[in-house]
Amino acid sequence: MTAGQLPRWVDYGLIPLLNLAAAFLVSGLVVVLIGENPLDAVRLLVWGSLGYGEGIGFTLFYATNFIFTGLAVAVAFHAGLFNIGGEGQAYLGGLGVALACLALDRYVPWYVTLPFAILGSAAMGAAWAFIPAWLQATRGSHVVITTIMFNFIASSLMVYLLNNALKKPGSMQPETRTFEVGGRLPFLNDIFPAAGFGYAPVNLSLFIALAACFLVWLVIWRTRLGFEIRSFGANATAAIYAGISPVRTIVITMLMSGGLAGMMAINEIMGSQHRLLIDFVTGYGFVGIAVALMGRAHPVGIILASVLFGMLYQGGAELSFEMPNITRDMIIVIQGLVILFAGALEHMFRPAIIRLFTPSQRLTAREA
Amino acid sequence: MNDTPAIKLRKINKSFGPVHANRDIDLVVKKGSIHGIIGENGAGKSTLMSILYGFYQADTGDIIVNGNKVTIPDSKAAITLGIGMVHQHFMLVDNFSVLENVILGAEDSQRLAGGINRARGELRRLEEEYELRVDPDALIQDLPVGLQQRVEILKALYRSAEVLILDEPTGVLTPAEADHLFKILEVLRSEGKTILLITHKLREIMAITDTVSVMRRGEMVATRKTAETSMEELAELMVGRSVLLRVDKKPAEPAAPVMEVENLTVTDSRGVVVVKDVSFSVRAGEIVGIAGVSGNGQSELLETLAGIRRATSGTLRINGETIDLGTSSLDAADMRAKSMAHVPEDRHRMGLINSFSEYENSILGYHRDPAYSKGPLLDLAAIRKNAVAEIEKYDIRPPNPMLRTANFSGGNQQKIVLAREIERDPDVLLVGQPTRGVDIGAIEFIHKRLVEMRDAGKGVLLVSVELDEIRALSDRVLVMFDGKIVGERGSDADEGELGLLMAGVEDERNLLEGAAQ
Repeated sequence: MTAGQLPRWVDYGLIPLLNLAAAFLVSGLVVVLIGENPLDAVRLLVWGSLGYGEGIGFTLFYATNFIFTGLAVAVAFHAGLFNIGGEGQAYLGGLGVALACLALDRYVPWYVTLPFAILGSAAMGAAWAFIPAWLQATRGSHVVITTIMFNFIASSLMVYLLNNALKKPGSMQPETRTFEVGGRLPFLNDIFPAAGFGYAPVNLSLFIALAACFLVWLVIWRTRLGFEIRSFGANATAAIYAGISPVRTIVITMLMSGGLAGMMAINEIMGSQHRLLIDFVTGYGFVGIAVALMGRAHPVGIILASVLFGMLYQGGAELSFEMPNITRDMIIVIQGLVILFAGALEHMFRPAIIRLFTPSQRLTAREA
Repeated sequence: MNDTPAIKLRKINKSFGPVHANRDIDLVVKKGSIHGIIGENGAGKSTLMSILYGFYQADTGDIIVNGNKVTIPDSKAAITLGIGMVHQHFMLVDNFSVLENVILGAEDSQRLAGGINRARGELRRLEEEYELRVDPDALIQDLPVGLQQRVEILKALYRSAEVLILDEPTGVLTPAEADHLFKILEVLRSEGKTILLITHKLREIMAITDTVSVMRRGEMVATRKTAETSMEELAELMVGRSVLLRVDKKPAEPAAPVMEVENLTVTDSRGVVVVKDVSFSVRAGEIVGIAGVSGNGQSELLETLAGIRRATSGTLRINGETIDLGTSSLDAADMRAKSMAHVPEDRHRMGLINSFSEYENSILGYHRDPAYSKGPLLDLAAIRKNAVAEIEKYDIRPPNPMLRTANFSGGNQQKIVLAREIERDPDVLLVGQPTRGVDIGAIEFIHKRLVEMRDAGKGVLLVSVELDEIRALSDRVLVMFDGKIVGERGSDADEGELGLLMAGVEDERNLLEGAAQ
């Protein structure tokens, strides 16, 4: 029973919605167990994330991070690779952004720094993905194992660099100096004051993320390279038959994937924190896996899934503020449930839905 | 003798999504007979047998075994009812012994010793009763396929099967092994067992069955006594129109060689030498057939020439250019650039990407062609236009380039591959199993195309395990056994002689001496 037997709107619309509904239903039960009203909780969550300008701003800020890490996982998916090293690649991407900003922020305006920051983040993220990619392509070492190991190496490396090389002299904080205006992206609140984003850190990176979505779509579905990547991912034997080099495809795909993950740091470092600091990635790389799964590895799906997870992050924070019984940990439980149903249990409803759709199709076949 | 049929099916229906695989099937199988079921691929034979063996449940309809209406929810229930199945792809554990495989799933208890000893005795009895001789302690991986199949039959008999279903049993056998299998089936019949033989080979039906039922497009279109029918009638029933069983072709007019292979040796990933010092040539305007039982190096030979597999040593001369295959790192794209096209043996695994649309598969391997690009982007309009043209020319149905390839039938999928490879007008065409899993109508079409290629002055290298196909198409036949070319014959090759070569009668001299004595 393949996906091909279901109409597209079911595959890409109904099933993700059902998975989401199931996640929220179970989450609701958890809320009931704690002794709170689940409907009130939903109201707070939605209001907190979409109900006012600043909330929307935060939701979009988080969504920007998820778009980058989600795209990173999705691009690798298309080549049949499972890049779960987004966490480390984004962390190293932060180094690229910070080096560009630290070098240029005192001399040039932000729009001159930005291309260098993009280049730096993508190059560092890609470089961090290169070794696992090379090992996979030439030695068959599984990228799932190597990329996750590289997350730990990245973490240690960054702690070392921040403490020993990048730290502001005389400071106790393992972080760089704060960038001047030449190293800061404008906040959307300053560009569109009417939107009322307030203190939300949503910034120009949102548009970079949307542009990345378009480019990923273009490359994957409209270029020879994308054709080769999808061929290799769908049927590696057929790809070799077609003269597509596995080594080249694996390496290029992983470089693209790592680069996209690295670009997440533009939003976080150049857009919001304005300095490089310890552990700024905080799980965005891993959530990107759920975003890519839920978004069916398609840029449009990834945008939708990113907004959803942005809502969970922002609305969840509001919720735990308004309902002290629902702690920060509870919010993580709910996020975990969404990831569980959208990712790991992705196929739970599929057989039932296939059965549901079969008889009607048989009727139409008989009529025809 | 009682006349209750062993199996009776009444109005069986089964649908998969929009596909009505079995429609109102009625079937009566007499006890102690060999009943053939013949039909094209996709006619619904395998579905019907899977229903009988409990893999699928019928949507509607009754199954009656020995006069009792039964339901068969799984294969365990089928075994309890005395129905055994020998699958097309053997269900054996390679590194277990024959004995262990036979008792697998019927171990009696947690401790194996008792079951094994009982099984050893039982196996001995079965061997004597049915002349099914196999060493019970041999490992499956050491046995030739013919014996492995015998183990499958023993497995069914050990579970007291009274009805034995054989699904395309001769696909992997040499003619001699097939003959031996038929002898075994005859013994089984004489002992009162009932046999259902699923095949698409008309000759087997004529040779061994008592009764034959013909399926076409999910329906049972006819049941005949084998003695009262003919191959022509059966073929017509299968296809629904009269078919040419022979390929119409003029004598070949071969010109200069377009491809010469010298001393080619190939070692596989396990370090086994699979192609041993093979030399041959293909001339423009001829079809060279490579006959052999599957697994004797033909696949590896084809893949090496196509640039998919690395050779250990050897040279290839194509269109006058000499390539040292042992040192070159040419891949499939490079070989295509040298005007060599390749229709691979396994279109699902290699020739097509089933999740892609038809038009995407129509450029697989040729996607770097500038004709399909507009700047850095793929020119989808040009690709689809080309796909539509191929669909029309090759009568690919349904004529929809946007449809997922998985949703085409086997014959139409093969036409997609063939169209893609032939329409680039290569000088050399490598073809593996061009009609495997393809219905008769499409076989006729595919054979015609290959002969057209030849008549257009191209060189065609054909690898097939279907001896009939090799003999019908080839102008010269090379026989491969154990990685070596053990003989060459003309287009008028004698079937028995080819069969002996395929079975590995050491070399030509032995064969001649053997014939002389």
